[in-house]
Amino acid sequence: MKKIKKIKIKINGSFKFVKDNTNLSDLLKTLKIPLKKVAIELNQEIVDKKKLNKRILKNNDKIEIVHFIGGG
Amino acid sequence: MVSLNKDKFIIAGRNFKSRLIVGTGKYKSMSQCARAVKLSGASIVTVAVRRVNITDKKKALLMDYIDPKKITYLPNTAGCFNSKDALRTLRLAREIGGWKLVKLEVLGDKKNLFPEMIETLKSTEVLSREGFKVMVYCNDDPLMAKRLENAGACAIMPLAAPIGSGLGILNKINVKIIRKQTKLPLIIDAGLGQASDATIAMELGCDGVLVNTAIAKAKKPLDMALAFKNAVIAGRQSYLSGRIQKNLMGSASSPLKGII
Repeated sequence: MKKIKKIKIKINGSFKFVKDNTNLSDLLKTLKIPLKKVAIELNQEIVDKKKLNKRILKNNDKIEIVHFIGGG
Repeated sequence: MVSLNKDKFIIAGRNFKSRLIVGTGKYKSMSQCARAVKLSGASIVTVAVRRVNITDKKKALLMDYIDPKKITYLPNTAGCFNSKDALRTLRLAREIGGWKLVKLEVLGDKKNLFPEMIETLKSTEVLSREGFKVMVYCNDDPLMAKRLENAGACAIMPLAAPIGSGLGILNKINVKIIRKQTKLPLIIDAGLGQASDATIAMELGCDGVLVNTAIAKAKKPLDMALAFKNAVIAGRQSYLSGRIQKNLMGSASSPLKGII
Protein backbone atom coordinates (compact mmCIF):
# COMPACT_ATOMS: atom_id res chain seq x y z
CA MET A 1 0.00 0.00 0.00
CA LYS A 2 1.28 3.41 -0.88
CA LYS A 3 1.84 5.60 2.13
CA ILE A 4 0.02 8.95 2.00
CA LYS A 5 2.52 11.75 2.05
CA LYS A 6 2.00 14.28 4.80
CA ILE A 7 3.35 17.76 5.31
CA LYS A 8 3.95 19.72 8.50
CA ILE A 9 2.25 23.10 8.91
CA LYS A 10 1.84 25.51 11.80
CA ILE A 11 -1.64 26.81 12.66
CA ASN A 12 -1.98 29.52 15.29
CA GLY A 13 1.35 28.53 16.75
CA SER A 14 0.75 24.75 16.88
CA PHE A 15 2.18 22.16 14.53
CA LYS A 16 -0.17 19.95 12.55
CA PHE A 17 0.31 17.27 9.94
CA VAL A 18 -1.97 17.36 6.93
CA LYS A 19 -2.18 15.41 3.71
CA ASP A 20 -0.02 16.63 0.88
CA ASN A 21 -1.95 18.71 -1.64
CA THR A 22 -4.46 20.00 0.94
CA ASN A 23 -5.80 23.43 0.17
CA LEU A 24 -6.74 26.11 2.71
CA SER A 25 -10.45 25.68 2.10
CA ASP A 26 -10.27 21.94 2.96
CA LEU A 27 -8.23 22.68 6.05
CA LEU A 28 -10.70 25.27 7.39
CA LYS A 29 -13.61 22.94 6.73
CA THR A 30 -11.88 20.16 8.69
CA LEU A 31 -11.28 22.58 11.54
CA LYS A 32 -14.94 23.74 11.34
CA ILE A 33 -13.94 27.40 11.23
CA PRO A 34 -16.87 29.80 10.64
CA LEU A 35 -15.42 31.68 7.66
CA LYS A 36 -17.61 34.75 8.06
CA LYS A 37 -16.20 35.44 11.50
CA VAL A 38 -12.47 35.09 10.83
CA ALA A 39 -9.54 36.36 8.79
CA ILE A 40 -6.77 34.12 7.54
CA GLU A 41 -3.08 34.72 6.98
CA LEU A 42 -0.78 32.38 5.10
CA ASN A 43 2.88 33.10 5.79
CA GLN A 44 2.00 36.62 6.96
CA GLU A 45 -0.02 37.41 3.85
CA ILE A 46 -3.77 37.88 4.13
CA VAL A 47 -5.68 35.37 2.04
CA ASP A 48 -8.82 36.33 0.15
CA LYS A 49 -11.56 34.16 1.66
CA LYS A 50 -13.05 33.60 -1.78
CA LYS A 51 -9.85 32.06 -3.06
CA LEU A 52 -9.04 29.65 -0.25
CA ASN A 53 -9.35 26.58 -2.45
CA LYS A 54 -6.64 27.90 -4.73
CA ARG A 55 -4.07 28.02 -1.97
CA ILE A 56 -2.37 24.63 -1.78
CA LEU A 57 -0.46 24.13 1.44
CA LYS A 58 3.25 23.46 1.44
CA ASN A 59 5.58 22.04 4.05
CA ASN A 60 6.35 24.56 6.85
CA ASP A 61 3.53 26.93 5.91
CA LYS A 62 2.43 29.16 8.75
CA ILE A 63 -1.27 29.87 9.05
CA GLU A 64 -2.95 32.34 11.37
CA ILE A 65 -6.71 32.33 11.89
CA VAL A 66 -8.01 35.27 13.90
CA HIS A 67 -11.35 36.59 15.08
CA PHE A 68 -12.74 39.26 17.38
CA ILE A 69 -12.71 38.80 21.12
CA GLY A 70 -13.54 41.13 23.99
CA GLY A 71 -11.10 44.00 24.35
CA GLY A 72 -10.82 47.62 25.41
CA MET B 1 -34.17 74.19 25.37
CA VAL B 2 -31.12 72.17 24.46
CA SER B 3 -32.30 69.26 22.42
CA LEU B 4 -30.08 66.22 22.54
CA ASN B 5 -31.98 64.85 19.55
CA LYS B 6 -30.50 67.51 17.29
CA ASP B 7 -27.06 67.03 18.79
CA LYS B 8 -25.29 64.69 16.38
CA PHE B 9 -22.28 62.55 17.20
CA ILE B 10 -20.64 61.97 13.84
CA ILE B 11 -17.48 59.95 13.26
CA ALA B 12 -16.14 59.51 9.72
CA GLY B 13 -19.49 60.55 8.28
CA ARG B 14 -21.56 58.17 10.39
CA ASN B 15 -23.98 59.32 13.03
CA PHE B 16 -23.94 57.39 16.30
CA LYS B 17 -26.73 57.54 18.83
CA SER B 18 -24.65 57.22 21.97
CA ARG B 19 -21.58 59.21 22.93
CA LEU B 20 -20.45 56.42 25.19
CA ILE B 21 -18.17 53.82 23.61
CA VAL B 22 -17.51 50.75 25.71
CA GLY B 23 -14.79 48.14 25.68
CA THR B 24 -15.68 44.46 25.82
CA GLY B 25 -12.67 43.15 27.75
CA LYS B 26 -12.21 42.10 31.39
CA TYR B 27 -15.80 40.94 32.02
CA LYS B 28 -16.54 37.82 34.06
CA SER B 29 -18.42 36.28 31.16
CA MET B 30 -19.59 37.11 27.67
CA SER B 31 -23.18 37.26 28.82
CA GLN B 32 -22.29 39.79 31.50
CA CYS B 33 -20.42 41.81 28.90
CA ALA B 34 -23.39 41.72 26.52
CA ARG B 35 -25.79 42.84 29.26
CA ALA B 36 -23.49 45.67 30.32
CA VAL B 37 -23.16 46.85 26.71
CA LYS B 38 -26.93 46.87 26.37
CA LEU B 39 -27.44 48.83 29.59
CA SER B 40 -24.73 51.33 28.64
CA GLY B 41 -26.70 52.19 25.52
CA ALA B 42 -23.42 52.21 23.55
CA SER B 43 -23.61 52.24 19.75
CA ILE B 44 -19.93 51.32 19.41
CA VAL B 45 -17.93 48.62 21.20
CA THR B 46 -14.21 48.05 20.94
CA VAL B 47 -12.99 44.55 20.20
CA ALA B 48 -9.59 42.89 19.98
CA VAL B 49 -8.20 40.67 17.22
CA ARG B 50 -6.83 37.37 18.49
CA ARG B 51 -6.15 33.81 17.39
CA VAL B 52 -9.13 31.47 17.08
CA ASN B 53 -8.98 28.60 19.55
CA ILE B 54 -8.76 25.74 17.08
CA THR B 55 -8.77 22.98 19.67
CA ASP B 56 -11.86 24.08 21.62
CA LYS B 57 -14.47 24.94 19.03
CA LYS B 58 -17.28 25.03 21.56
CA LYS B 59 -15.90 28.17 23.12
CA ALA B 60 -18.41 31.02 22.81
CA LEU B 61 -17.72 33.70 20.23
CA LEU B 62 -18.18 37.40 20.91
CA MET B 63 -20.28 37.75 17.78
CA ASP B 64 -22.77 35.26 19.22
CA TYR B 65 -23.39 37.64 22.12
CA ILE B 66 -23.05 41.07 20.55
CA ASP B 67 -24.47 41.33 17.06
CA PRO B 68 -22.17 43.39 14.81
CA LYS B 69 -25.18 44.29 12.69
CA LYS B 70 -26.78 46.06 15.65
CA ILE B 71 -23.72 47.51 17.37
CA THR B 72 -20.70 48.86 15.55
CA TYR B 73 -17.57 46.85 16.21
CA LEU B 74 -14.49 49.00 16.53
CA PRO B 75 -11.46 46.72 16.11
CA ASN B 76 -8.47 47.85 18.13
CA THR B 77 -4.77 47.09 18.15
CA ALA B 78 -4.45 46.48 21.87
CA GLY B 79 -1.27 44.63 22.69
CA CYS B 80 0.66 46.07 19.72
CA PHE B 81 3.95 47.75 20.55
CA ASN B 82 5.02 48.77 17.05
CA SER B 83 3.58 50.02 13.80
CA LYS B 84 4.14 46.74 11.94
CA ASP B 85 2.02 44.70 14.36
CA ALA B 86 -0.69 47.37 14.51
CA LEU B 87 -0.98 47.51 10.71
CA ARG B 88 -1.06 43.72 10.48
CA THR B 89 -3.80 43.54 13.11
CA LEU B 90 -6.04 46.13 11.49
CA ARG B 91 -5.63 44.71 8.00
CA LEU B 92 -6.76 41.37 9.42
CA ALA B 93 -9.66 43.07 11.20
CA ARG B 94 -10.77 44.61 7.92
CA GLU B 95 -10.60 41.20 6.27
CA ILE B 96 -12.93 39.64 8.83
CA GLY B 97 -15.82 41.57 7.41
CA GLY B 98 -15.03 44.91 5.90
CA TRP B 99 -14.29 46.94 9.02
CA LYS B 100 -12.74 50.24 8.02
CA LEU B 101 -13.49 52.22 11.13
CA VAL B 102 -10.75 51.17 13.53
CA LYS B 103 -9.07 52.18 16.75
CA LEU B 104 -5.31 52.50 16.55
CA GLU B 105 -3.45 51.95 19.78
CA VAL B 106 0.31 51.44 19.75
CA LEU B 107 1.73 51.10 23.22
CA GLY B 108 5.23 52.02 24.28
CA ASP B 109 5.63 50.68 27.78
CA LYS B 110 4.27 47.48 29.31
CA LYS B 111 3.91 48.98 32.78
CA ASN B 112 2.33 52.38 32.25
CA LEU B 113 0.77 51.47 28.88
CA PHE B 114 1.39 54.95 27.53
CA PRO B 115 1.07 55.25 23.77
CA GLU B 116 4.20 55.14 21.60
CA MET B 117 3.40 58.28 19.64
CA ILE B 118 6.08 58.06 16.93
CA GLU B 119 4.84 54.61 15.88
CA THR B 120 1.24 55.76 16.30
CA LEU B 121 1.77 58.70 13.96
CA LYS B 122 3.49 56.51 11.33
CA SER B 123 0.66 53.98 11.51
CA THR B 124 -2.00 56.68 11.20
CA GLU B 125 -0.43 57.91 7.97
CA VAL B 126 -0.26 54.43 6.44
CA LEU B 127 -3.75 53.39 7.49
CA SER B 128 -5.32 56.62 6.24
CA ARG B 129 -3.66 56.11 2.86
CA GLU B 130 -5.09 52.59 2.77
CA GLY B 131 -8.61 53.90 3.24
CA PHE B 132 -9.05 53.14 6.91
CA LYS B 133 -10.97 55.54 9.14
CA VAL B 134 -8.60 55.74 12.05
CA MET B 135 -9.61 56.70 15.56
CA VAL B 136 -6.35 57.26 17.35
CA TYR B 137 -5.52 56.57 20.97
CA CYS B 138 -2.93 59.14 21.97
CA ASN B 139 -1.28 61.16 24.66
CA ASP B 140 -2.98 64.29 25.93
CA ASP B 141 -0.48 66.37 23.96
CA PRO B 142 -2.02 69.13 21.82
CA LEU B 143 0.93 69.19 19.41
CA MET B 144 0.78 65.47 18.76
CA ALA B 145 -3.00 65.65 18.45
CA LYS B 146 -2.52 68.22 15.68
CA ARG B 147 -0.03 65.99 13.90
CA LEU B 148 -2.45 63.07 14.03
CA GLU B 149 -5.16 65.25 12.58
CA ASN B 150 -2.85 66.27 9.74
CA ALA B 151 -1.96 62.61 9.19
CA GLY B 152 -5.60 61.79 8.52
CA ALA B 153 -7.03 60.63 11.86
CA CYS B 154 -10.85 60.64 11.94
CA ALA B 155 -11.02 61.01 15.72
CA ILE B 156 -8.56 62.03 18.41
CA MET B 157 -8.66 59.88 21.52
CA PRO B 158 -6.41 61.19 24.27
CA LEU B 159 -6.01 59.23 27.46
CA ALA B 160 -7.41 60.54 30.73
CA ALA B 161 -4.79 58.52 32.60
CA PRO B 162 -3.02 55.16 32.03
CA ILE B 163 -5.26 52.40 30.70
CA GLY B 164 -7.16 50.64 33.47
CA SER B 165 -5.80 52.98 36.16
CA GLY B 166 -9.12 54.55 37.13
CA LEU B 167 -7.38 57.84 37.95
CA GLY B 168 -9.76 60.06 35.98
CA ILE B 169 -8.76 63.03 33.83
CA LEU B 170 -5.33 64.13 34.99
CA ASN B 171 -4.76 67.02 32.64
CA LYS B 172 -7.97 68.91 32.01
CA ILE B 173 -6.14 71.91 30.60
CA ASN B 174 -4.55 69.87 27.81
CA VAL B 175 -7.92 68.31 26.97
CA LYS B 176 -9.42 71.80 26.76
CA ILE B 177 -6.61 72.99 24.50
CA ILE B 178 -7.07 70.01 22.19
CA ARG B 179 -10.81 70.72 22.17
CA LYS B 180 -10.18 74.30 21.11
CA GLN B 181 -7.84 73.41 18.28
CA THR B 182 -9.75 70.58 16.59
CA LYS B 183 -13.13 70.06 15.02
CA LEU B 184 -12.53 66.31 14.82
CA PRO B 185 -14.43 64.13 17.27
CA LEU B 186 -12.54 64.25 20.56
CA ILE B 187 -13.02 61.15 22.68
CA ILE B 188 -11.47 60.54 26.07
CA ASP B 189 -10.07 57.05 26.01
CA ALA B 190 -8.67 55.16 28.98
CA GLY B 191 -8.13 55.87 32.64
CA LEU B 192 -11.61 56.81 33.82
CA GLY B 193 -12.62 55.40 37.19
CA GLN B 194 -16.19 56.38 37.90
CA ALA B 195 -19.21 57.88 36.20
CA SER B 196 -18.46 61.46 37.25
CA ASP B 197 -15.16 61.28 35.33
CA ALA B 198 -17.20 60.81 32.17
CA THR B 199 -19.36 63.81 33.04
CA ILE B 200 -16.23 65.92 33.49
CA ALA B 201 -14.91 64.78 30.10
CA MET B 202 -18.15 65.78 28.43
CA GLU B 203 -18.25 69.11 30.28
CA LEU B 204 -14.77 69.86 28.98
CA GLY B 205 -16.31 69.68 25.54
CA CYS B 206 -15.30 66.18 24.51
CA ASP B 207 -17.56 64.50 21.98
CA GLY B 208 -17.52 61.14 23.69
CA VAL B 209 -15.79 58.81 26.10
CA LEU B 210 -14.50 55.28 25.85
CA VAL B 211 -14.75 53.15 28.98
CA ASN B 212 -13.88 49.56 29.70
CA THR B 213 -12.26 48.73 33.04
CA ALA B 214 -14.32 51.19 35.10
CA ILE B 215 -17.46 49.30 34.09
CA ALA B 216 -16.16 45.74 33.71
CA LYS B 217 -14.30 45.73 37.04
CA ALA B 218 -16.83 47.67 39.10
CA LYS B 219 -18.42 45.65 41.92
CA LYS B 220 -21.68 45.85 39.98
CA PRO B 221 -20.77 46.19 36.31
CA LEU B 222 -24.35 46.36 35.08
CA ASP B 223 -25.24 49.20 37.43
CA MET B 224 -22.02 51.01 36.54
CA ALA B 225 -22.82 50.66 32.82
CA LEU B 226 -26.08 52.48 33.44
CA ALA B 227 -24.32 55.08 35.60
CA PHE B 228 -21.87 55.85 32.77
CA LYS B 229 -24.71 56.13 30.28
CA ASN B 230 -26.43 58.72 32.44
CA ALA B 231 -23.17 60.50 33.25
CA VAL B 232 -22.33 61.01 29.58
CA ILE B 233 -25.80 62.34 28.81
CA ALA B 234 -25.66 64.66 31.85
CA GLY B 235 -22.21 65.93 30.95
CA ARG B 236 -23.13 66.63 27.35
CA GLN B 237 -26.32 68.42 28.32
CA SER B 238 -24.42 70.43 30.91
CA TYR B 239 -21.77 71.42 28.35
CA LEU B 240 -24.36 72.51 25.80
CA SER B 241 -26.31 74.44 28.43
CA GLY B 242 -23.41 76.81 29.16
CA ARG B 243 -22.22 76.91 32.72
CA ILE B 244 -22.19 80.01 34.94
CA GLN B 245 -19.07 82.03 35.57
CA LYS B 246 -17.06 81.13 38.63
CA ASN B 247 -17.05 83.92 41.24
CA LEU B 248 -14.91 84.41 44.28
CA MET B 249 -17.79 85.74 46.38
CA GLY B 250 -21.34 84.47 46.97
CA SER B 251 -24.45 85.66 45.18
CA ALA B 252 -27.76 85.11 46.99
CA SER B 253 -30.36 83.05 45.18
CA SER B 254 -33.35 84.65 46.97
CA PRO B 255 -34.30 88.28 46.24
CA LEU B 256 -33.47 90.83 48.93
CA LYS B 257 -36.61 92.90 48.17
CA GLY B 258 -39.46 92.27 50.57
CA ILE B 259 -37.24 90.82 53.22
CA ILE B 260 -38.90 90.96 56.67
